Amino acid sequence: MSARSITLLARAVLGMLLGLVLSANAAIDAYQFDDAAQEERFRQLINELRCPKCQNQNIADSDAPLSKDLRQRVYELMEEGRDDAEIVDFLVERYGTFVTYRPPVNAVTGMLWFGPVLLVMGAAFCVGFWIRRRSRDARVELTEDEQRRIADLLRQSDGKGL
Amino acid sequence: MSRLPRRTLILSIPLIAFAALLFFLAQGLSNDPRLLPSALIDRPMPDFSLRDLQEPSRLVSARDFTGHIALINVWATWCPACYDEHETLLKLAREGVTIYGLNYKDERAKALAWLERLGNPYVRVIDDSGGRLGLDLGVYGAPETYLIDAAGVIRYRHVGVVTDQIWDDEFLPRIELLNAEGKA
Repeated sequence: MSARSITLLARAVLGMLLGLVLSANAAIDAYQFDDAAQEERFRQLINELRCPKCQNQNIADSDAPLSKDLRQRVYELMEEGRDDAEIVDFLVERYGTFVTYRPPVNAVTGMLWFGPVLLVMGAAFCVGFWIRRRSRDARVELTEDEQRRIADLLRQSDGKGL
Repeated sequence: MSRLPRRTLILSIPLIAFAALLFFLAQGLSNDPRLLPSALIDRPMPDFSLRDLQEPSRLVSARDFTGHIALINVWATWCPACYDEHETLLKLAREGVTIYGLNYKDERAKALAWLERLGNPYVRVIDDSGGRLGLDLGVYGAPETYLIDAAGVIRYRHVGVVTDQIWDDEFLPRIELLNAEGKA
């Protein structure tokens, strides 16, 4: 075989592989979008939504039939002209906050959102309190006798350079 | 004299906090992460209009569920656990419990054959082959069983097989509570 025919063969194989990959993708996503921006929106939405049936997969990656239904529903809601927040709300209303990878701030999740901040603030307060007390304790009041002795010592050291 | 106990108390705060954290973490270990709470508890049954499985010319809607306490059982012939559950449902139906079936993402012919062969515990079966009502209910796996009060409000959802044990522990107390509320 000549070098030229090997190159041609390699190209043909590569072309076939590429064709396979493209057709596989097409089989997964049979949705039609008006423009690339819409498709990007869809992709982002299904990446942010969690499959209720699976433990930790988004509906974009999951092969579960339920995920397929949810992708379909997200697509339909987009076609109806609903915005991202409305679509996420739609699913949260039905499946609870489990479906979103962005936990909301509410009474239940408050501890998770603010707990660490409170903890650091509490620790800073304790450390500050402790340091202040230590420096206060370190300040020692001298008796008159001690004051006189210090004054004497200072006078003795005068000029001698200690 | 009061200095020492106060100091001990302050120093033990981190220890107590740590013990509390351990307690909650240990509790988390015994939770089943596959069981999700329903988002529809204390909310009315979502609106729908679907065919009756046995009489396709007849439409069933959420209004048909009001007036009495009932169960809505989500099932399908592709669901092996539904097979396990069937015997319990038949027994409950014989005891006079009103059970509606929600045939979820299934084929009508197969579903009818299943009811023919195993017996029919349902007062009426809704044909949700498209899975729309299932999605509105937040169904994520069959079987699921919903407890609906007389006003058509969802009061409880059980995911998985309803066994005698689960009926006694989870459903009966809630039904008694609903009955008591109704009389009061």
